[in-house]
Amino acid sequence: MLDKNTHPDDVVVKVRDLVFSRGSRRIFNGVDLDIRRGQVTAIMGPSGTGKTTLLKLIGGQLRPERGTIEVEGQNVAQLSRRKLFELRKRMGMLFQSGALLTDLNVYDNVAFPIREHTNLPESMIRDLVLMKLEAVGLRGARGLMPSELSGGMARRVALARAVALDPMMIMYDEPFTGQDPISMGVLVQLIDRLNHALSLTSIVVSHDVAETSAIADYIYVLSDGKVVDHGTPEALGRSQSQWVQQFMQGLPDGPVPFHFSAPPYGEDLLAGGKG
Amino acid sequence: MFHNRNLEIVVGLFVALGFAALFILAMKVSNLSAFSDQEGYSVSARFDNIGGLKVQAPVTMAGVRVGRVEGIGFDQETFEAVVTLKIYNEFKQLPRDTSASIFTSGLLGEQYIALEAGGDVKNLAAGDEFKITQSALVLEELIGQFLFKAAEGGE
Amino acid sequence: MMDALAKLGRGALDFFERLGRGHLFLMYVLAGSPPLLLRLRLWTQQMYSVGVLSLLIVAVAGLFVGMVLGLQGYNTLVDFGSEESLGVMVALSLVQELGPVLAAVLFAARAGTSLTAEIGLMKTTEQLSGMEMMAVDPLQRVIAPRFWASFVSVPLLAAIFSAVGVFGGYFVGVGLLGVDDGAFWSQIQSRVDFHEDVMNGVIKSVVFGFVAAWIALFEGYDAVPTSEGVARATTRTVVHTSIAVLGLDFVLTALMFD
Repeated sequence: MLDKNTHPDDVVVKVRDLVFSRGSRRIFNGVDLDIRRGQVTAIMGPSGTGKTTLLKLIGGQLRPERGTIEVEGQNVAQLSRRKLFELRKRMGMLFQSGALLTDLNVYDNVAFPIREHTNLPESMIRDLVLMKLEAVGLRGARGLMPSELSGGMARRVALARAVALDPMMIMYDEPFTGQDPISMGVLVQLIDRLNHALSLTSIVVSHDVAETSAIADYIYVLSDGKVVDHGTPEALGRSQSQWVQQFMQGLPDGPVPFHFSAPPYGEDLLAGGKG
Repeated sequence: MFHNRNLEIVVGLFVALGFAALFILAMKVSNLSAFSDQEGYSVSARFDNIGGLKVQAPVTMAGVRVGRVEGIGFDQETFEAVVTLKIYNEFKQLPRDTSASIFTSGLLGEQYIALEAGGDVKNLAAGDEFKITQSALVLEELIGQFLFKAAEGGE
Repeated sequence: MMDALAKLGRGALDFFERLGRGHLFLMYVLAGSPPLLLRLRLWTQQMYSVGVLSLLIVAVAGLFVGMVLGLQGYNTLVDFGSEESLGVMVALSLVQELGPVLAAVLFAARAGTSLTAEIGLMKTTEQLSGMEMMAVDPLQRVIAPRFWASFVSVPLLAAIFSAVGVFGGYFVGVGLLGVDDGAFWSQIQSRVDFHEDVMNGVIKSVVFGFVAAWIALFEGYDAVPTSEGVARATTRTVVHTSIAVLGLDFVLTALMFD
């Protein structure tokens, strides 16, 4: 099922037979994924398919019920706390909300991971922070508090913070959701540029088909706890699966019905005041 | 970050204030100052019955506090209570035949030892013993005696 | 019938699960504390928001409680002609009971709620999750400094409460009602024992500080990450701290009473 012509060493994240449930609801039921080094891999699917959960599983914040998740050959679920933290220093994650620390200003937010993990002198931290902020175009906003930032700016600050420790991989959780077209464009360009400039590996979780297709090298489409299809954006555009076609083109009706399951309309109307 | 110093000063003030409050409670609101700092010498007294006398109870003379009860023991041969008193050094010139009595402050208050000076020219020294003592009055005994006498008188 | 039983059982299980989580939480916080000793700055910052900002309400409350004790005590004692004991009554009530208990309850209302809300909101806005992904342990970086700052602050606040309260009682008793100044203090000094009374009060407030900090932070950390969940957690902080402090006060008093 997976491409055979890529060398296994190129795989940064390897997910095999992943099963995970939340309460009685099964979110993943046998998911296989490969994230290749240096690429932007997108994970797409309708809302509620557990895309964010997948990122938390990769980051070791949740443990799978069955199956394995390997990051650079290490089984995340079996790492000791210390080793997991070591690994996380090399993974950046961009939360949907930005997750900036609200009691620190922009500068201190970006400096936060550097201060926590290194003993660099303050002058060097300043250079690093300004460099990261410059990369996201917010060097001038360094004195602002998170509450004074727009949603798009908050995400850019969070991005600067995610790359503060020069990670090898960044995970983006719904980076485009709720953004106006301009900041969406800015974010698309930033993710693409950072990935190539810093030779990162990126995982983008999203349901914004157009933006994601524009920057992704490879796309996995998830639905109902399984990988429905995967391939390059072009390949997916020609997918045989009606479901994938509906999702990629955003058609209102198809294999995913427009109507939530309900008794026939006429019957319901005739039932009068009974329900 | 730049008002960190002010922050530290304010927190320092808060901690100092807390300890000052504790110090006030110790010195002004409790008896810690009353006995911890005064040096004294020990003398002992034997009583048939000490009633409810407790360690740390005041020792007074003419109503003025001159010491405190340091320890309470029991002599197994004479079946008497042995009370060690600490008399503060400033009251060195107590006559040797001073007597010690156990009284109660008020009707239901705590018990204390009252000293009454005698006429001896020699003074009490550390380790001496009071020759004349008067035990605590036990209410039940008093009532018993009263009833006994009343019955005798009635006959 | 069976439904009611099942409900009871589920309630009990939930309760014990929460209790277990609470203890694990405490264990992790304590285990994560040693590195904190090197980072006093984190500590002082929390001492400010938790202790210094609670100072005013605690001092004002202490003053009024002392004044009320002075008034009420005088009315009762004057009937027995022993109004000189007013100071003893005020001081003992404050030092042994009211100081530690009320300071802890006021602390829960003033600082505990804001701790719960702050931690709860940090959880809701994924700040705690974000820290974990930055390989920073939030229990160590966020919770532990707040825990120790609260733990230290409560006994200090209780001492301030009692001291201010005694002066409140003095002001009413001696200043307004004409109790003799010297008798007021000398009675206190002869009847309040430092080890038996003052130290027991301090021990109580240390225990209460521990419990108040634990409850406030755990409620925040364990809050359901929605605005409603945080609101509920905040309410629970006040309710649980008050009940825990009053219950523990009884237990501690019983233990110290011999």
